[in-house]
Amino acid sequence: MDVRSQVSMVFHLDKCIGCHTCSIACKNIWTDRKGAEYMWWNNVETKPGTGYPTKWEDQRIYKGGWERTGDGVALKGAGKRRGLTNIFHNPNLPVIDDYYEPFTYKYLDLIESPAGDDQPTARPISMITGEPMDIKMGPNWDDDLSGTPDYARNDPNLEALSPAEREAMFQLERMAFFYLPRICNHCLNPACVASCPSGAIYKRGEDGIVLINQEVCRGWRMCVTACPYKKSYYNWATGKSEKCILCYPRLEAGYAPACMHSCVGRIRYLGVMLYDAERIERVASSPTEDLVENQLGMILDPFDPEVILAAKANGIADSTIHAAQNSPTYKFVKKWKLALPLHPEFRTLPMLFYVPPLLPVMASVKPVDNEQQAEKMHEIAKYWPDNWLYDTSTKDLWGTLDQVRMPLKYMASLFSAGDTEQVKDRLKKLMAVRVHRRHTTVGDIDAEQAQRALFEADLTAELADEIYYLTSLAKFNDRFVIPAAHREQAIEMLEFAGDVKGSTGFGFKSGSATRGS
Amino acid sequence: MSTVDLFNAFLFIAYPYIAGFVFLLGTIYRYRETGFKVSSLSSQFLEGDALFWGIVPFHIGLLVLFFGHLSAFLFPQLTLAWNAEPLRLIILESTGFIFAVSTLFSLIFLLYRRLTNPRIRAVTTTMDYVIELLLLVQVFFGCWVAVAFRWGSSWFAADLTPYLWSLLTFTPDTTAVYALPWQIKVHIVGAFTILLMVPFTRLIHFLVAPLHYIFRPYQQVMWNWDRKGIRDPRTAWSAARPKNN
Ligand code: SF4
Ligand code: SF4
Repeated sequence: MDVRSQVSMVFHLDKCIGCHTCSIACKNIWTDRKGAEYMWWNNVETKPGTGYPTKWEDQRIYKGGWERTGDGVALKGAGKRRGLTNIFHNPNLPVIDDYYEPFTYKYLDLIESPAGDDQPTARPISMITGEPMDIKMGPNWDDDLSGTPDYARNDPNLEALSPAEREAMFQLERMAFFYLPRICNHCLNPACVASCPSGAIYKRGEDGIVLINQEVCRGWRMCVTACPYKKSYYNWATGKSEKCILCYPRLEAGYAPACMHSCVGRIRYLGVMLYDAERIERVASSPTEDLVENQLGMILDPFDPEVILAAKANGIADSTIHAAQNSPTYKFVKKWKLALPLHPEFRTLPMLFYVPPLLPVMASVKPVDNEQQAEKMHEIAKYWPDNWLYDTSTKDLWGTLDQVRMPLKYMASLFSAGDTEQVKDRLKKLMAVRVHRRHTTVGDIDAEQAQRALFEADLTAELADEIYYLTSLAKFNDRFVIPAAHREQAIEMLEFAGDVKGSTGFGFKSGSATRGS
Repeated sequence: MSTVDLFNAFLFIAYPYIAGFVFLLGTIYRYRETGFKVSSLSSQFLEGDALFWGIVPFHIGLLVLFFGHLSAFLFPQLTLAWNAEPLRLIILESTGFIFAVSTLFSLIFLLYRRLTNPRIRAVTTTMDYVIELLLLVQVFFGCWVAVAFRWGSSWFAADLTPYLWSLLTFTPDTTAVYALPWQIKVHIVGAFTILLMVPFTRLIHFLVAPLHYIFRPYQQVMWNWDRKGIRDPRTAWSAARPKNN
């Protein structure tokens, strides 16, 4: 057992309101620079949709991630042989138009235009060339556009559905969507690290954050291809690649990353998980259907004395072990089994987990007769001649799960490499917590039904309350359990602390003891 | 010494040493002072499709030409022996020439792309134009020499290799070079100029070709501190610097 600690994340999708505050917080701090305008280390996509960059999930186009070979895994579009033979021209590199051409407006024209018959306008100009341009795309161009032919219907995950299921999903009355905020997953088996010919990308041992050393990066751009999540970006002005740094300077000072700190929906959780690094390769090359189970399996129980012993032997600080025991992410991912990794089939072992959204899934559409209702309304009342209704009732407990608006297969294509049972398990639990809470607070669900729901979802009332608490009431310190960074120890690796011993804090050694001559 | 002699001595004795000196010192200086910039600013991200047709033949052509010149310099006897057979000579010369011409055309194409694409123009520096024109002139004269003064691979090994070695051993012997036609002289001076320009242009990137990638394990983990030693009272600190700082 080779115990390491990893700062991991959980995003609770039911709570995301798609406000993009997270993206703006990140942009303002890190990527508001020349060459980085188009980068959104944190972005929020509407699903179903094509995302950013367009169709990033389709690895037939982008060749990202790992694929299983006979006895292990190999990078799909990079690696030693492919990377070095394609060093002059990387055929699998996305170009800026796959993201969007960054733009601004000529605001000064509004003020400085000479007097005339027309209102002056601020024309859009390219932030690359400075020339006027037509805006064709932006970072969230398909925001809220579920059902549109150009975006939602080109979602690569729809391939998991039959044509009939797809059509059913996009019937206007059934149409649903949810938001998918994405940052770098700080993977355990990072494809970006493995693909870098210069060796500029590395995983930090202490907290597992994946970083690109800007001085060592020579701009070979292989990581851009290799990261299946397209979370490594090429800065066209500096000629270096950049990626999310999980706000490590903030983390080291005990603050949550900016995107998480600012999250309006409070959907984000961050905490330490201990894992067994010896198993990385084996887990990454497991059969597709076992990927999720095996990844959860390599996450260790921070209360297990054996794990604690092995962690200490590996130099993991007591404070970190303590943080792991209080970690909200450990609870969501491992203890309650509520969260799933995004696209585990890319085999990078991502350490950002998602609680799949219940709301758009659970409602179903029922025909109703609105005519009668309309007759009762005042004549000036606005009336839509609809004859359907969103039905969110839970009479036949799990019945709605199978005829949901957002097909389980779609969710499974996103979060469990196609295994609908995994997603169903999570949704059942989320549902059971609601039934239980409704029983306790509103009381219109009887105890027996609430009990049955909990039992079938493999929960107890106590666990359900815990989940409810961390989901709905959690305060800042519950959502972010940040381990001390112990830079005071790390400094001893940078400077030989013995040099200044006895220097009485003044930077010279001779003084205090030998004064007198 | 006549003015012509003096000029020749400058071009073929002083200038090569100046070029080599500037190359060495300039490269070290650039690496130490502006290490961040030791790379070639790739423009594939801004325009990828046309680039392929220029950049690939250009690099391959240039590598073949470079190693061709290098082998005639390192193994002159072998080159001459190979060329003793006319058929082999023609194979060697025509291979070189084909790559030279493809390099020439891909250079012209790359320059055209740089000049016409507004996005690429936005990331182009004056030095990029300078070095591209310099290479263009160099390859052009190389092609001219190859056609007009056959057979280059043989007389290079016989005349130029001794000259270059004499430079390297600090006993410059320029008799053979002075007698060469002016086109070849331009090609020689051009080569030294390119060497001189390496530290000031994107050419520097060939020095950081990532060949060490072949030998390293795929995954890299770096620690801020000695994780095993940290709890050992005998290693209250360690003087070893970590690699990532
Ligand atoms: S998400 Fe991409 S960039 Fe981030 S660690 Fe994983 S492979 Fe690397
Ligand atoms: S700030 Fe939070 S709620 Fe808003 S889009 Fe980002 S993740 Fe969603």
